[in-house]
Amino acid sequence: MTDLELPDYRHQSDTVRDRFERLKQRPVTMEVKNLTKEFSTRTGSVTALKDINLTIHKREFVCVIGPSGCGKSTLIRILAGLESATSGQVLLNGKEVTKPGPERGMVFQGYTLFPWLTVKENIMFGLIESGQDRGSAEADARQWIDLIGLARFENHYPNQLSGGMKQRVAIARALANQPKILLMDEPFGALDAQTRAKMQAYLMEIWKNIDITIFFITHDLDEAVYLADRILVLKAHPGEVQEIVEVPVPQPRHPGQFLSPEFLATKRHIEQLIHPPAAHGDDDDDKLNMVRMVNVNDDVGSVF
Amino acid sequence: MSLFAVNKPLPPRTRSLVTVLSFVLPLVIWSLVSYVPFIWHPQTLISEPGSVSYFKADMLIDNAIFETELAKARDAGTALPQGSPANPGYLPAPHEVVTALYTAFTTEPTRSSEKWLHESLWSSIEVIFWGFVLSSIIGIPLGIMAGTFDFFSRLFEPFIEFFRYLPAPAFGALAVAILGIYQAPKIAIIFIGTFFQQVLVVANTTRKLDPALLEAGQTLGASNRSLIFRIVIPGILPDLYRDTRILLGWAWTYLIVAELIGTSSGITWFITQQARYKNFDNVFAAIIIIGILGLTIDLLLAWLGRRLFPWQRVNH
Ligand SMILES: Nc1ncnc2c1ncn2[C@@H]1O[C@H](COP(=O)(O)OP(=O)(O)O)[C@@H](O)[C@H]1O
Ligand SMILES: [Mg+2]
Repeated sequence: MTDLELPDYRHQSDTVRDRFERLKQRPVTMEVKNLTKEFSTRTGSVTALKDINLTIHKREFVCVIGPSGCGKSTLIRILAGLESATSGQVLLNGKEVTKPGPERGMVFQGYTLFPWLTVKENIMFGLIESGQDRGSAEADARQWIDLIGLARFENHYPNQLSGGMKQRVAIARALANQPKILLMDEPFGALDAQTRAKMQAYLMEIWKNIDITIFFITHDLDEAVYLADRILVLKAHPGEVQEIVEVPVPQPRHPGQFLSPEFLATKRHIEQLIHPPAAHGDDDDDKLNMVRMVNVNDDVGSVF
Repeated sequence: MSLFAVNKPLPPRTRSLVTVLSFVLPLVIWSLVSYVPFIWHPQTLISEPGSVSYFKADMLIDNAIFETELAKARDAGTALPQGSPANPGYLPAPHEVVTALYTAFTTEPTRSSEKWLHESLWSSIEVIFWGFVLSSIIGIPLGIMAGTFDFFSRLFEPFIEFFRYLPAPAFGALAVAILGIYQAPKIAIIFIGTFFQQVLVVANTTRKLDPALLEAGQTLGASNRSLIFRIVIPGILPDLYRDTRILLGWAWTYLIVAELIGTSSGITWFITQQARYKNFDNVFAAIIIIGILGLTIDLLLAWLGRRLFPWQRVNH
């Protein structure tokens, strides 16, 4: 990849620049201000997130990427209200977030469907909580089931579904509450490559057609560049914002763009942010210590 | 395929075969000991006392004594005692017990104040039922509360941890003093024996519920009340059911203690009484009836459990 002549990732075509201009004019859906999170553990206190600032506009698609343990899950859990910040604020439409609520839908990596409820009943869960009667909740749920293409499975239990189907149900369950923002923590991380590509297309389709803002955590670079308007790149220890990248790949996205120069340039840039080329070769403590434990026969001189 | 593959189920046919074997094997051993004379038979059943003054027909005598008396009679030239090898009275042969399984129900009690076997059985079932139901009505909700809220966990569990180490029988005298001598104190013992374990076991089961389900519920707008009634309870139900089945087994073991206090009653009383009369075939019959009863109830509950929780079955 380094040999390839790529444009600067900051270079945006006129249509892309235009789009970002307009995007920034939209109302702010969520605002994160000076957010810091410390965990106290037996060995002392750990700063998981430090001074995070971010503004998410209406119907924007924001991805978060960063090395494992940099605080991505902690961040999204604070946005969801499942965890409280040590200092700083999270505002949704100007109002401070203090506890979990249906106006912030959440999709977890582990599906978290209720195993004792059918597909339909899972989707009805939040609707009934919001005070709808069973009849209208059921009608709404049916529409969502149609939308995610699982009409044949509405009376199936979660353990009768594949991973991709489960995640579609989880997305529909969150969206049925008509949240302002959909929070997704590595939702496709457990899926195989093929299913994952399909789910990405699904999600883009939903995002285009529904009034929803999406905040999406991933550790897959391709996924981030493919889905996001902007990418929040975090670094670890402590978790800080390294850069917020505006993706120069034009919308609407399609799989043909995976090899476009803008796509590759963005990818390369983020790759370098996350895995900077080691400054000194010898402080790399992850290297395998190649002690020869077993005699290698000379039959095959070298694997190369 | 090997019979001893670690953590792999046996092929279905082999599996049922081994299951049958688990009952047949003890039965075969019992039959061998009962019917093959040279395996055990440490005593002699006298058929003809001969010249030995203290021998009587149908008397069981240790082999060694019989041999000595036989030798004495032979030396003295008097009439020889006769008998056949036999097992002690406390080990009746299978066919005697099978007969007793029927006759125990049809034998009239020795005294008119005493109970028939079926009456004794019914009395036992009553004690277990009420003890267990009362314990569950209080214990299960408390366990769920303790498993859900740290507040109740701290409030209940330390004391219960302490209390459950006090043996239930220790409360026998107290229970009689407070509740009289009939069924009530017995029910109380079953209750005490079950309740404290139940709260702790249910609390633990509740804690094992995947916390992500509760978080998912919260992001869907569930209130605390909904979290308990729409997530915690349905979520733990299959495990709760399994716990209850196991605890019911424990309640049966407390039955023996419970029935010995106050006026002894029920199946325990029947067994001790029959042992006193040396009707060991009846004793065995009663023990087997308890076993069959317990096993039947458990299998029934297991079967019911599979119907109650269809969503637990994996893949269609
Ligand atoms: N409940 C907790 N208590 C203590 N430390 C935690 C807790 N949750 C997360 N952490 C720490 O915070 C850091 C960020 O974790 P996490 O948000 O799960 O990272 P990521 O999702 O990016 O892999 C990690 O170092 C982790 O060990
Ligand atoms: Mg994570």
